[in-house]
Amino acid sequence: MLSALCGEFIKQGVTMGKLLELQGISKSFPGVKALDNISLSLEPGEIHALLGENGAGKSTLMKILCGIYSNDEGKIFVKEKEVKFDGYKDAIEAGIGIIFQEFSLIPYLNAYENIFLNREPKNGLGLIDFNKMKEETLKILEKLNIKINIDCPVNELSVAEQQFVEIVKALSLNAEILVLDEPTATLTPREADRLFNIMRDLKANGVGMFFISHHLEEIYQICDTISVLRDGQYIGTMPVKDSNVDQLVEMMVGRKVENTYPKKPEKVPHDEVVLEVKDLKRTKDFHPNSFKLYKGEILGFAGLVGSGRTELARALIGADPCYSKTVILDGKEEKLKSPDESLAKGIGILPEDRKAEGLILSFSVKNNISMNNYSKWLKNKFFISDAMETATVKDIVKKVRVKTPSENTTVGNLSGGNQQKVVIGRWLNNDCKVLIFDEPTRGIDVGAKAEIYELMRQLTQRGISIIMISSELPEVIGVCDRVEVFREGAIVADLEGEDINSNTIMLYMTGNK
Amino acid sequence: MTNNAAPKSALADTFARFSRQPVFYPLIGFLLVFIIMTVVSDSFLTYNNLSNIGRQVSINAIIAVGMTFAILTGGIDLGVGSVMALSGTIMAGLMVSGIPMPVAIILGLLLGTFLGGLNGFMIAYGKMPAFIVTLAMMTIARGLALIYTGGYPIAGLDNAFSFFGRGNVLGIETPIVITILVYAIAYVVLTRTPFGRHVYATGGNYEASRLSGIKVSKILFLVYAISGFTSALAGLIISSRLMSGQPNAGVAFELDAIAAVVLGGAAMNGGKGTIIGTLMGALLLGVLNNGLNLIGINPYVQNVIKGIIILIAIYVGSEKKKARS
Repeated sequence: MLSALCGEFIKQGVTMGKLLELQGISKSFPGVKALDNISLSLEPGEIHALLGENGAGKSTLMKILCGIYSNDEGKIFVKEKEVKFDGYKDAIEAGIGIIFQEFSLIPYLNAYENIFLNREPKNGLGLIDFNKMKEETLKILEKLNIKINIDCPVNELSVAEQQFVEIVKALSLNAEILVLDEPTATLTPREADRLFNIMRDLKANGVGMFFISHHLEEIYQICDTISVLRDGQYIGTMPVKDSNVDQLVEMMVGRKVENTYPKKPEKVPHDEVVLEVKDLKRTKDFHPNSFKLYKGEILGFAGLVGSGRTELARALIGADPCYSKTVILDGKEEKLKSPDESLAKGIGILPEDRKAEGLILSFSVKNNISMNNYSKWLKNKFFISDAMETATVKDIVKKVRVKTPSENTTVGNLSGGNQQKVVIGRWLNNDCKVLIFDEPTRGIDVGAKAEIYELMRQLTQRGISIIMISSELPEVIGVCDRVEVFREGAIVADLEGEDINSNTIMLYMTGNK
Repeated sequence: MTNNAAPKSALADTFARFSRQPVFYPLIGFLLVFIIMTVVSDSFLTYNNLSNIGRQVSINAIIAVGMTFAILTGGIDLGVGSVMALSGTIMAGLMVSGIPMPVAIILGLLLGTFLGGLNGFMIAYGKMPAFIVTLAMMTIARGLALIYTGGYPIAGLDNAFSFFGRGNVLGIETPIVITILVYAIAYVVLTRTPFGRHVYATGGNYEASRLSGIKVSKILFLVYAISGFTSALAGLIISSRLMSGQPNAGVAFELDAIAAVVLGGAAMNGGKGTIIGTLMGALLLGVLNNGLNLIGINPYVQNVIKGIIILIAIYVGSEKKKARS
């Protein structure tokens, strides 16, 4: 009885004066516990950093806060009143605004048209009152000391300015709690400074903010409090002034690397350079990148989302325009102007977005595997032999262990892991020297992940060299023989052996080393 | 629910398998209209009328082959009717000016292929939308045909030229023979050659095909060249049939061709469709036109009926698609 009373008292005490309080939030997705009993709070005028690796649960938590996902367990209090969100709209009404990584602005409308989208003020005639929209917008801009052109379509504004429009939009909805999910990822340092100034103004106005960023120095610049999540677990909260970088990195990555990775060869093979890329520049003013790929190795491209790894791979194979590059494949210089030229020279890619760029979802497993090498089954010079094609495809399906009722099954009906194996099968059907795996295990369950790592290792034993782009550190550490670390479009480190560990990679990719 | 159904007969099993084939619905639609017409009109099921239908259908059916290629890649060719008219009038004009018939025909076919290739070049390498490029070609080719002829038909052709539109091969009318040939070739190309499979892949997912190393630009270029060729071939038949080059021939033919392809079960966004389906679609439209005329239905009303049938057919097809996914 007494303890129950005490509990009640303590609870009230804790919620007193808080702008927001999350209590015991849990969320599961099929097969994964994304969040496990997370409790956080936010005070007026507080900037609260959320730290964690990709997949730690930061974005999931923020989506629950904004009513985009519903929580399985736990309670949300806004200004000490419990709220239940049934969609984003409810969260907006409760005074919560989110600035997404991808902007939700309509590119051809101007700032105030975007800000008042779907709730445009009307004049006496029932027509849109543009003057009023403009006035209201200017009022908020003035308060925040933001100067942008509000009359031109937002796609003519810089990325930072578009972000400001998003912020103004949230504030015009009377948001007192703002979530900024990696807002600086697409900003230049100067633009980021402008954003920070605005955040300081908001802070002075009593707005509480959650700030997600991988750049620790930004957090030291702007935040008051840091909370760390790891694998959906709450690790800890501390004032920024009491923390240090080493401690934070350890809190973020301090997990055991699971034993789902195949054994690495004793010694990293370094005898034969298959591919050498020199001074690849995507645009004229871009940092030139160079690297080497040895025969039979798995080379990791580590880095934060948006650090230019996929872009480099695409520019390398000619999928996107490239300002300049020198590519030496097996000792011969090659132009690689298009993916088909790269294919002809033996370079293939498993694209980042499996469904949009890797597969033809409405086609069969067979068609997806055989699509880029029909010439090997030609009879009488012109005609594909169905029998030969089917036999090869069946063989490949068995080899890469695609679990499918038959090779004629529509590939869209398979699980993510099996879909990825189909894309791998397509490249096995070609005579490739170099394969680029771009986020090969994204959205794939643990069992299938292990199978894909195993397949990658088998491919290297056949002399194929692999570049693996991955945002999951444990995967990079568990699978790769060598690692290039990317930061802001540039390769900043080339790591091997003992140096391939969480702390070192993390320090390089966040720019603390 | 317990499974107490009697074991399926082999026939039912075959039927069930056939019903999943993409040509199933177009074929059923065609047969349905065919049977209805046989019942309601005495003069429908006669040799004369059927070969009449065959001749009438052939022009649209041949154009629809090129259209099938274009739609399979997720594109469209609105220029087919105009390119047909231009190629047909050029053939006639060249012959009248004394150029030997085979040379004139070949030049006409080459012109159509060239114009189609030009479409393809702008779509594949200029990255312009197919709808706009071919819409422009539609008015350009029509304009050129009118300029070339001064707006009048070019008549006075050698009698031997009538073979392609009015003659016959072993008792079968030449347009029907040409149509069968074109469909046979298109069928083999689409189902049995790397090029044909790449046409499907490009339409199924352009970006995935491109990244996998398929030469998507070349595929698009060739597809529109093929569409230009089949349009010119239709121009040969129509000029021969009318024994004159008609600059105003083929207005709105692109719509009939699109209707045939779509009735044949193709998806407008590409990757799905068959050449046999297109043939069924063209036949369905032809039988419908012919039958409605025989019954004596007002031509204005015919338009409405045709439109409604297209809508119903597409609706039934899309229901099927939803159920499967």
